[in-house]
Amino acid sequence: MRLNGFVLTAAALLCWQGAQAQPGAPTKADMDAGRRLYATCAACHGTDGKPVAGSSLPPLAGQPREILASSMKAFREGSRPATIMHQIAKGYTSEQIELIAAYLAAPANSERP
Amino acid sequence: MKRRQFIKTVGVGGILGSTTLRSSSANAARPKVVVVGAGYGGATAARHLSMWSGGSIDVTLVEPNPAFISCPLSNLVLGGSRQLADLTVGYERLGSRSGITMVREMATGVSHDKRLLMLANGKNLPYDRLILSPGVDFQYDRLSGMRQPGARERVLHAWKAGEQTVALRKQLEAMPDGGAFVMSIPQAPYRCPPGPYERACQVAHYFKQSKPKSRVILLDGNEDVVSKGALFKKVWAERYPGLVDYRPSFNTVDVDAKSGTVVSELGDEVQGVVVNLIPPQAAGAIAAGAGLANVNRRWCEVDFLSFESTQASHIHVIGDAIQVAPLMPKSAHMANQHAKVCAAAIIELLADRAPPSRPVLTNTCYSFVSDKDVIHVTSVHAYDAQKKTLLAVPGSGGVSAMPSELEGRYAMDWARNIWADTLL
Repeated sequence: MRLNGFVLTAAALLCWQGAQAQPGAPTKADMDAGRRLYATCAACHGTDGKPVAGSSLPPLAGQPREILASSMKAFREGSRPATIMHQIAKGYTSEQIELIAAYLAAPANSERP
Repeated sequence: MKRRQFIKTVGVGGILGSTTLRSSSANAARPKVVVVGAGYGGATAARHLSMWSGGSIDVTLVEPNPAFISCPLSNLVLGGSRQLADLTVGYERLGSRSGITMVREMATGVSHDKRLLMLANGKNLPYDRLILSPGVDFQYDRLSGMRQPGARERVLHAWKAGEQTVALRKQLEAMPDGGAFVMSIPQAPYRCPPGPYERACQVAHYFKQSKPKSRVILLDGNEDVVSKGALFKKVWAERYPGLVDYRPSFNTVDVDAKSGTVVSELGDEVQGVVVNLIPPQAAGAIAAGAGLANVNRRWCEVDFLSFESTQASHIHVIGDAIQVAPLMPKSAHMANQHAKVCAAAIIELLADRAPPSRPVLTNTCYSFVSDKDVIHVTSVHAYDAQKKTLLAVPGSGGVSAMPSELEGRYAMDWARNIWADTLL
């Protein structure tokens, strides 16, 4: 990622990524934050987005970042029907949703056993 | 009492010579975290400390029980649709994780100054950080009848899943048709707010199939159903008409186990063939004994960024033993969430960095209103830096519109995935 010599702090980078909402390589700090945030979902969706065998929910790990983020936002706005996710999604900001999506979509996560 | 004192004195004296040396050399390389209790809180903390540190932390998990038995779903054993074995998970996989050592022992005391956890076998475990996840203890001292010989064998709590769950099911099976099952519910806060009402559904479900002339009498110490009230009342009225008799504001002050009589503060007496007393609760003995129960001498106040006790540094308390934040239930899901915030904070603290500043936690409690149909309550809690507590995110959370089999499937997904997230 070339940024014409600007030195960006981690915070500024986060804002930039949030504003662009484009798939880019997340920083380690983003990945850690995404992992901690996703850990709030693991009770139903499985550790690191990998549900146990026989689960009726699809694995979230390795799904495209845009699809994950737009699903969460659709739940939040009520445009995607749900039993429970419309109530849970309202608890997260767009920035948090992007961090979770980036974490789940990252190859490092899908490759992890 | 004498025995504990003896352990403290001799144990500490015995190890003192070697501790200084060992900890100064070991601390630099592998920090030591000791976790007490391998339930939904403690086991999750141990597992996530191991995963998130890449096994670089020396985690010792102290638990006297040979296997994990889930409280969530245990009401289904009373309803007859599940066996205890269905809710039991071994500790083998957790114990074989990188950096985790399991010790099958009872913890008996804490030496704050020396940073040692004492065990019933006389050994001491040194720690850099200690996590206590002891769950709740029952306050039988508040009910004189429960101190009579044999009372606690006859009047069961079944509020910690295990032998008592199976024994209560046997009492229900032995009960003649036409009898009354009386359940006493303590005033909040107690472990699992919707649990008593789910239990009422499960017992009513069993009676409807097998003992239709019997009744469930709910004596609630609270003014109204504590969780999912409208949903539970609708279920009782529509699915179990005449089977569930709900009596609010019945504050149980005594029990006569022999005659099966429950007595209220106002002197009202209610008799049942089977009496199930869910006792008033407080933080588990190890936390209380370490002086951490600093709220009404019952619950342990913590800093919600790290779950470190406000009473003692380097000791963290998670799960049902804590003084909860507003609208935060004492639940398995919540204990799993406390554990993760605590584990993430400890990893930073051990590296002399500040804990993550904006933790988020969720809660979901599914309740089975029959053998298949389920209702939920859910909430999301975020840290408020000004108020220094976790607050429910405005607009988030809620309950089911109605019971459904689909949510029954999701409830089983929840159970299997949280067991894996906690224990595998």
